[in-house]
Amino acid sequence: MTGSLHRFANPARFQRLSQAALPWCTGGTIVAFAVGLYLSLIGSPPDYQQSETVRIMYVHVPAAWMALGAYTTMALASAIALIWRHRLADLIAQSSAPIGAGFTVIALATGMLWGQPMWGTFWVWDARLTSVLVLLFLYLGYIALINAFEDPERGARAGAILALVGWINVPIVKFSVDWWNTLHQPASISRFAKPALHPSIMTPLLVMAIAYMLLFATLLLLRVRTATIEHRLRTLAMARARG
Amino acid sequence: MLLEAEGLVGGRGGHPLFGPLSLALAAGGALKVTGPNGAGKSTLLRLFAGLLVPMGGVVRANAALRYLGHHDAVKPAMTVFENLVFWRRFYGSDAAAAALVEVGLDRLAATPARYLSAGQRRRLALARALDPAAPIWLLDEPTNGLDADSVGRLEAALARHRSAGGATIVATHASLALPEATMLELGLT
Amino acid sequence: MTAFLVLIRRDLALSARQAADALVAVMFAVLVVVLFPFGVGPEADILSRVSAGVVWVAALLAALLSLDRLFQADHDDGSLEQLALGPLPLWALSLAKAAAHWLVTGLPLIVAAPILALMLQMPASGLSTLVLAMALGTPCFSLLGAIGAALVLGARRGGVLVAFLILPLTIPVLIFGAAATEAALTGQEAAPHLMLLGAFLLTSLALAPAAAAAGLRQALG
Repeated sequence: MTGSLHRFANPARFQRLSQAALPWCTGGTIVAFAVGLYLSLIGSPPDYQQSETVRIMYVHVPAAWMALGAYTTMALASAIALIWRHRLADLIAQSSAPIGAGFTVIALATGMLWGQPMWGTFWVWDARLTSVLVLLFLYLGYIALINAFEDPERGARAGAILALVGWINVPIVKFSVDWWNTLHQPASISRFAKPALHPSIMTPLLVMAIAYMLLFATLLLLRVRTATIEHRLRTLAMARARG
Repeated sequence: MLLEAEGLVGGRGGHPLFGPLSLALAAGGALKVTGPNGAGKSTLLRLFAGLLVPMGGVVRANAALRYLGHHDAVKPAMTVFENLVFWRRFYGSDAAAAALVEVGLDRLAATPARYLSAGQRRRLALARALDPAAPIWLLDEPTNGLDADSVGRLEAALARHRSAGGATIVATHASLALPEATMLELGLT
Repeated sequence: MTAFLVLIRRDLALSARQAADALVAVMFAVLVVVLFPFGVGPEADILSRVSAGVVWVAALLAALLSLDRLFQADHDDGSLEQLALGPLPLWALSLAKAAAHWLVTGLPLIVAAPILALMLQMPASGLSTLVLAMALGTPCFSLLGAIGAALVLGARRGGVLVAFLILPLTIPVLIFGAAATEAALTGQEAAPHLMLLGAFLLTSLALAPAAAAAGLRQALG
């Protein structure tokens, strides 16, 4: 395990591999979004209850999934960085955070747009929306922490610990928010309808989910490549300062 | 051997500063580390203390140790004696009022530490570090802020400790008499 | 064990010397509670409706107020590295510091909570559950806070940052704590909420010192 990881840790090798993977990821993202958006906006029937507004779901639900997915990526990379002191894993964790925060913002914004026609108000303290809001705070806290140190190395270490603590907490927060929601909201208020898993809905949803995943991979590769180059520049500057 | 290092490489922020370095210090031994700022004197002491992880090689301290760093670890709100007693109890050694006599602070024992001068605070930190219960003393710039009188007392304490079977590593750029000490000069790489 | 108690005793002695520092947390909670009627109006039914939540939020904010100093003072004057060289492993060190923090801020908050609740017109039927829930909840604040305090060592704007990192993690405590009090007030069973709160406390007790220790290690290295 360590051996294979360290092969990827070699920055030159990573730059080469990511160089090769990047066009495929970019192309895949564009194709998947084209197909996904066609299926969800034009190629699928409107919902019998929510009519056309159901289409927001195809943007909202995968964004919420990826918000969690990016956090998990961040926590896994942090664990690897802490255990094996792995430079590339640090960069992956740090690069995931702003992308994940972006997905979280998309999930919140589309959730509010979806809530307007459903509940007549942009914000309700729905269990899922509230959990996603807490997730956004976890992301912002992580980003604030890694940028709060003069020494980026220190920021990376502190951030990795926080990411793991947050990751353990996400299910606990989710559970407690659900608990709180059932206490304060009688079941009569409609939540996000669990979509009946009809193929006409499932297909566009899955294609959109794949599109989001590819988008995440593309952005992550780009950010990690940039961060690797920045790191090398910093190392060179430090080496020069030492003479 | 009380202290051992084999192929030790030390560094800061992922950049090696010195090494590979191998040395051993037996009972009664002393090592004087000199070198310009940034050469890694403090890093070497922190490695021996176990506060840092070596970038390469191994470092071993085979007995209890006391470490004097750049900061004095003195609480201004507590008296001189309370400061010393806290650390001695925390480390599980005797709260010896004799240590205050050794550094010449015995008459200030009941004074809150906030009234001490920088040199007196340094002497209080020395009283904590010069603990006869620990065979190894790691002293980083112990003479900072000390007057000639106090430096003399420190030299005497070090000599007594070594003759009682202790060992010490002193990092300093000041003149401090350490008879028959091994010299280690770290340079800028 | 001796070193553990010696450390707690020193922290308590230091707080006692600076009694104002210790009381500032409780005073802050009182102030937050006093501000509330100005905001929502003094009508008894409104106040008693929000009393449980307000007391919990006030206690949480008050506990967070002093957290950034938990390790910072020891870090700045070199005590932290001396503590790290002592007989206690770093997790035990974190536990001792969190325990001292709880004794200085959490315990007074538990005592003050029923008074604050009465000021907010909470019916007497909820007070005993409030105190019990506080006894389970305030240690969580100190334990989770120790993680944040260790992580921000040496960071810029440490104080605000601790609050920012820790507040989202304390949401479950707030939910279960307020729900228990609420349940007692409406004549329902408070036990399930208290048990969940207790479970959260046990989890924090098991994991938080280790996480704080990891934070301390990177701050020392």
